[in-house]
Formats: sequence, structure tokens, C-alpha cells
Amino acid sequence: MPAQWTLIAVLAIAVAGYFLGRSRALGRAGGDIRQLHSLPGYYGYNVALTGLVPALLVLGVWSFLRMRGVTAGGTFVPTLLILAVSLGLTFLALSRTGPAFRARNAVERGILWLLIGAASIAILTTLGIVLSLIFNTVEFFRLYPAADFFFGTVWQPSFGGGSSLGILPLLWGTLYISAIALAVAVPIGLFAAFYLSEYAGPKFRAIAKPLLEVLAGIPTIVYGLFALLTVGPLLLTVFGPEGASWMQGGTAVMTAGLVMGIMLIPFVSSLSDDIINAVPQAMRDGSLGLGATKSETVRHVVLPAALPGIVGAILLAASRAIGETMIVVLGAGAAARLSLNPFDAMTTVTAKIVSQLTGDSDFSSPEALVAFSLGMTLFVITLGLNVLALYIVRKYREQYE
Amino acid sequence: MTDTDANTPRRKSSLLELDARTRKRNAAETRFKVYGLIAVGIGLAFLLALMVAIISNGTRAFTQTFITVEMTLTAEEIEAAEASVLKTGKYKEMVGTAIETALGRAGIDTDMDQKTLLLMLSSSAGADLRDYVLANPEMLDQPLTFDFLASSRVDGYLKGRVTRESLSEDKNLDAAHLDLVDQMRDAGIVERRFNWRFITGADASESRPEAAGMGLSMIGSLFMMLVVLACALPIGVAASIYLEEFAPKNRFTDLIEVNISNLAAVPSIVFGILGLAVFIQVAHLPQSAPLVGGLTLTLMTLPTIVISTRASLKAVPPSIRDAALGVGASKMQATFHHVLPLAMPGILTGTIIGLAQALGETAPLLLIGMVGFIATNAPETLADGFLAPNSAMPAQIYEWAKRADPAYYERAWGGIIILLVFLLAMNFVAILLRRRFERRW
Repeated sequence: MPAQWTLIAVLAIAVAGYFLGRSRALGRAGGDIRQLHSLPGYYGYNVALTGLVPALLVLGVWSFLRMRGVTAGGTFVPTLLILAVSLGLTFLALSRTGPAFRARNAVERGILWLLIGAASIAILTTLGIVLSLIFNTVEFFRLYPAADFFFGTVWQPSFGGGSSLGILPLLWGTLYISAIALAVAVPIGLFAAFYLSEYAGPKFRAIAKPLLEVLAGIPTIVYGLFALLTVGPLLLTVFGPEGASWMQGGTAVMTAGLVMGIMLIPFVSSLSDDIINAVPQAMRDGSLGLGATKSETVRHVVLPAALPGIVGAILLAASRAIGETMIVVLGAGAAARLSLNPFDAMTTVTAKIVSQLTGDSDFSSPEALVAFSLGMTLFVITLGLNVLALYIVRKYREQYE
Repeated sequence: MTDTDANTPRRKSSLLELDARTRKRNAAETRFKVYGLIAVGIGLAFLLALMVAIISNGTRAFTQTFITVEMTLTAEEIEAAEASVLKTGKYKEMVGTAIETALGRAGIDTDMDQKTLLLMLSSSAGADLRDYVLANPEMLDQPLTFDFLASSRVDGYLKGRVTRESLSEDKNLDAAHLDLVDQMRDAGIVERRFNWRFITGADASESRPEAAGMGLSMIGSLFMMLVVLACALPIGVAASIYLEEFAPKNRFTDLIEVNISNLAAVPSIVFGILGLAVFIQVAHLPQSAPLVGGLTLTLMTLPTIVISTRASLKAVPPSIRDAALGVGASKMQATFHHVLPLAMPGILTGTIIGLAQALGETAPLLLIGMVGFIATNAPETLADGFLAPNSAMPAQIYEWAKRADPAYYERAWGGIIILLVFLLAMNFVAILLRRRFERRW
């Protein structure tokens, strides 16, 4: 409660500061607006912002400390401090207000700093991700040998202690599912992209392209449920004990891979579509003019020209597949195993992050901390793929611009 | 020259007839075209299959089987029940008696005792009656018609999910019950109708799928979206304005740009880990709170909003800025008074699409504990809405999908319909905004 009231008080001081600053500037200029350097409103904003921003910063630090359980000085001293900062700076700004004061420049400088602060949040987020992963990973490796984590082939966490936490079965599951997903998405996505950009008439394109992109807008939980309740049982009737008997349960690498492939189709097709459209028309015309058919043009001219970009798009799709969570949590099963059968249940890095961190608020055991190391591995892999993909795409773009 | 002409047979070629090679090339051309068409067709077929699965499985969640009973409760009965130790137990007895009388009135003979009869009802029937009576004391000593939720198995029977064979291993209900249900349906006591409770209600315990609803998780999602809107829109717009209008070309700007494009591709689960570490481990914000979920989703959607905002700022032609600067505006004034208002429709469209993405996101919410928690009451104050533990729509669907009872699968599909309706509405508004305000320069 006191924090809320302090906030309201600080805001009230700022509003009062605006009107005081404005009227003081006009007063000092004798009511003649032409005597002022800036519009009167800027003097008001100057006073308001000078009081408001530092006080809010102090308030933020205080709330943060209180959440952490630091209650030194009670609530009275910090509140007094915040109000003193707010009032003191407001009066300082008021005393400087006068016709010669360059209020607009001061306000604009302040706003520019606020904008820079907002833009820096992107850096802070990355920094936050990296730091939170690194600290907890280091903590984990203090409790569990790093070599066993990276090269262990058994994943058997037990909260009583003595767990085996080898990442290899999880990585294998991740890569296997991603490979199946890409095997579904890349051919379908590429052929669809070529058809839509080279053959389809404008009307067909105007309908089919947005419809395909709807697939990308559907939340992943929907795909997860689709895998668990529709695709899994369907595959089971074909490959299960009554069919080919390769499959024991509905959740399997194949289930998750197929559904993830569906999810990635629009991703591959729209990225490739953009890249194919960026290939200059003159190259197509040249090929057609020499007598090649359209498909020959596509295969021998457009595809090689667009290849780096398409590879970039596939890499981005792969990074999406590796980082995908809900489909594998619901569709791939929970058993960590190294197997070649695509109809076996396997699990992935993301699914294990979820299972190790849900329902447990104790972050000191290696069984919970391992999730941060898994997250770190995932972050490094996807970041590497993204950087590589962006590098390839950017390099390719420069060629034709 | 003429010799060779005479010796070698002249190649037969006609403009009217295609030679073998051309025919082969044309066939390859047709094949390629058909492959493309098939690929597009497969994509669209998947979309259709997804929609059919959702609609055919989900619409059933919106209807529920009710058992309608007329009963008269006296004030003495209620007083006695309230005074006893097992309050809902007493109410259950009243329900059982009422059902027996209803069966008698309809002329249905049964040799089941009260306890066996009550198995057809949701186990919350007694508590429901009690809540109703305590909320409406004026209905005492008057005949009242009460709709009790039927148990999920009776409901499944009417929906075709439960059959007599599938009940053979069921402890709770047997085929005799279903015969009775058939008779009661003919008598108009058992009826399937639209279930508002699914849209407005709270999640229920594992054994009572018939009582579970999406209402509270919708409130959780709403508060999360408020947080996302309040944080992501101003920060995203401010960051975009800086990058697009003011940033000098230097290392720092490059660093920000690289960070934003990378963050856009970081898996959402990593943002969940970030939220867990920063907001819960370090800042000690309460677990499972929509505030934490909202902040985590804010960080996740910021890159999306920044990218679309920058695109719409870039679309405002430089002549607007030049004109403003030419009549003496400062750069800041030109941006805030002229460029920003013109870019606003595009910014709003991008923000709505970012919000829609955040609304459907599940993985980060699992890590910050917004799952597995059963909130039973709506938040009482505004602060509670942000800070009290709650779930969110996708997390609620995930929770239901994990439960063993197939009756919950139906609810999960139904939940998806509600979620998709919200997403559809948001995208529709975004498209409308774009159509209405889009300007070509």
C-alpha cells in the first residue's frame, strides 16, 4: 500500500510541477510569450520530468529491494527519501525556470534518453537471458560433472539423488524430431513457394497464400493437442499392434515430427517465396528467351540464384523446430532413449526443461538446475543457427541489390 | 556439303508434330506444375484437417447434460443441514430424495437406492445446491426447479463417448444406469443443452470434468494481456522511434539491432527460463501471477512489436519530416507531432498481432508456474487480478490435455475453440485497422 500511495504522491507532484513551471515561465516573462525561449508547455514538462523520473527510479529500486526481503529503514525512511527527491528536484527546476532557460532543448534531451533507455531493453533482455543461464549452469556444474552431462547417454533423474543426467538422448530426440519435421516441411514448403510465385495466378495466390499462413498463426498448444489426440491415435491404427506393430503408443517421434512439419510449412514457404521473388525478373526472361520451359528456368536459374536464401530459410525453420516445446511435450512422449525407430517415444531438450522446472520451486538440486544447462545448450544451438541463417540471407541480398 | 546432305537421311521434323524430346520436356513441365499444386493442396488439406478436428471435437464441450428436478426445500431442512458436520452430505441426501420423487412422478420404476442414483450426478451436486440455497434464501419453502450437472459419464453417454461396453470396467456407473438415463431422457428429466458454465466457470478437480470451465483462465489471460499492452506498446514504440529516427550509425546502434533480430528468433521456452530466473528467483515476485506472466510475454513480444513499428515508421515518407523541419519544428517535434500519428495505424496493427501471439503462447507460462493451479474464485480486487495466482487460457488447455479422463480431452478442444475465437477476433480487428487507415503515399 505505501508504495502505491508514494507513487500517486509523486505523480501528483509532477502534475503540479507542470502547471507551476508553466505559469512561472509566463509570469517571469510578464505574460508575453515572445520573451520566452520555448513554448510555455515545455517549461512545465521540464519541471515535471525533472521531479518525476529520478523519484520513479528510486521507487523502483526500493520496490525491488522490498521484494527481495530487504526491509531496512521500514517504509517511512524510503518514502520520505522519495518525496524529498521529487520535491527537491521540482523546486530546483522551478528556480531555474525563466525566459532565458532553454526548456525545449532540456526536455528533448531528457526524452531522447528515455528513448535510448527503451531501446536498450533489447540488450538488457539478452544480457538477462545469458546471465540467468550462465549463473545457474555454473551452479549445476558445481554439483554435477560437466563431462557426464555432455557425454552421458543415460537420462534418469531421480529427486532422491544419484541421477544420471546425460544430454545425449535428449539431443538425439530433438534432432530426430526436427529432421522428420524438416523432411515434411521443406519439400512441401518449397514446392508450394515455387508454385505460388512462378505459376499461380494472382487470384489463386491471393487466397492460398494467406490460408497457408494461417497455419503459422495457430498457437502451438493447438498443434500439441492435434498431435496427442488426432495424429497419434491415427498413426497407431496404421502402425500400432493391430497394423504394422512398429508402434507401442500414440506419442512418438513420428507423431511430433509430422505435426511440427505441418507447423513449419508456411514458415518455409513464405520465407522462400520472398527470396524467390527477389530474384531479378531479367534472369527468368533470359532463360525463357533461350527456349527453356518454366520448370527448367526454375530448376536451373531461379533455384541456384535463390539457394543461399532458401538455405537460410531452412536453417531458421530448423531453429524453430529445435526450440519448439508444446508439440513435443504433448506428442513425443516422456521416455529419454537412444533409438533409431521413428515410432518409438522419445523426448527432447525443451520437453525436459518443462518437466524439470514445473511444480518445483526448489532451485538448488541438480535435478532442477539441469534445466538451465539444457536451456543454455538450446540457446547456443538456436543462436548459432540464427546467426548463420541471417548471415547467409544478408550476404545473398547484397548480391542483387 | 551437298554430299552429306544426300547421304544422311533428313531429319523429319514438323512444326505441327512435337518431337520426342519436346514432349518429354513438356511432360516434365506439367509434372513440376502438378507437384507444386499438390504441395499447396497438402498444406491446405492439413489446415482443413486441423479445423475439422477442432470443430468436430470441440463443439461438444459447449453442451452439457443436466438433470432437471423439481423440489421444495423447507427452512428446517436447511437449518438441520447447516448444523450438521457433513453439510454437503445432507444436501446430497436432499438431492437424492428429490430425484426419487421425480422418478416416481414420471412413472419410472427402479430398484436402485439413493446412493446409486446419485452416481448419475456430478459429485458437486450437493455443493451446488447449497451455494444456490445460501445465495437465494427467498426460494425456501417454495417449489423450485433445479438443474443438476449430470456426471461426465452420463454426459459422455448422451454424446456417444461412453457406451455400455466401455462401462463394463467402470466402478462408478453400469449399464443399468444407462437404461435409466434413456427412460429419464424420454421423460424429459435428462436433457443436453448449452453450458454457460464452460465459458464462465473455473477449473474443477480431476474427478469432475463436467464442472470445469474456462472463465477464470480467461481472466488470467486478460490481466496478462493488460500487462503486455501497458509495457510492450510504450517501450516498443519508444525503442523503434529511437532506432528509426534518432540513432546515429555506430556500434551501440548495431548492437541493439543485432539483439532485436536475434531475440525475435529465440525459442519461447528460453524466455520462460528468463522470467523464472529474473522475476521469480531474483526479484521475488509471486509465482503463478499474471503480472509475471505478462512481463515475461512482454519481453517475448517486444521484438515483434519493434520490427512492425519500425516498418510503419519507415513507410512515412521523408517529405513529411522535411516539411515539418522546414517550418521550424525540432526533430523531436517533427517525430511526435507528424510522423508518429501517421504511423499509428500500422503500429496498432503490429501491436495487436504481437498480443495475439502472446495470448496463444504456452511454454513460458509452464515455467513460471501458471499451470496446475486451480483457482476457484475470481480475483476480488484489481491488485489481486495481477498478483494472485491464476492460470491462462493455453495453460488451462494444456492442463486438461494432460489429465487422464477422456472427458477432459473434449474440454481441451472446446477451450481451443474459445482461444481461436479470441485470436480470430484480434486478427480481424488488425486487418480492419489496416484496411481502414492504410495510406499509400
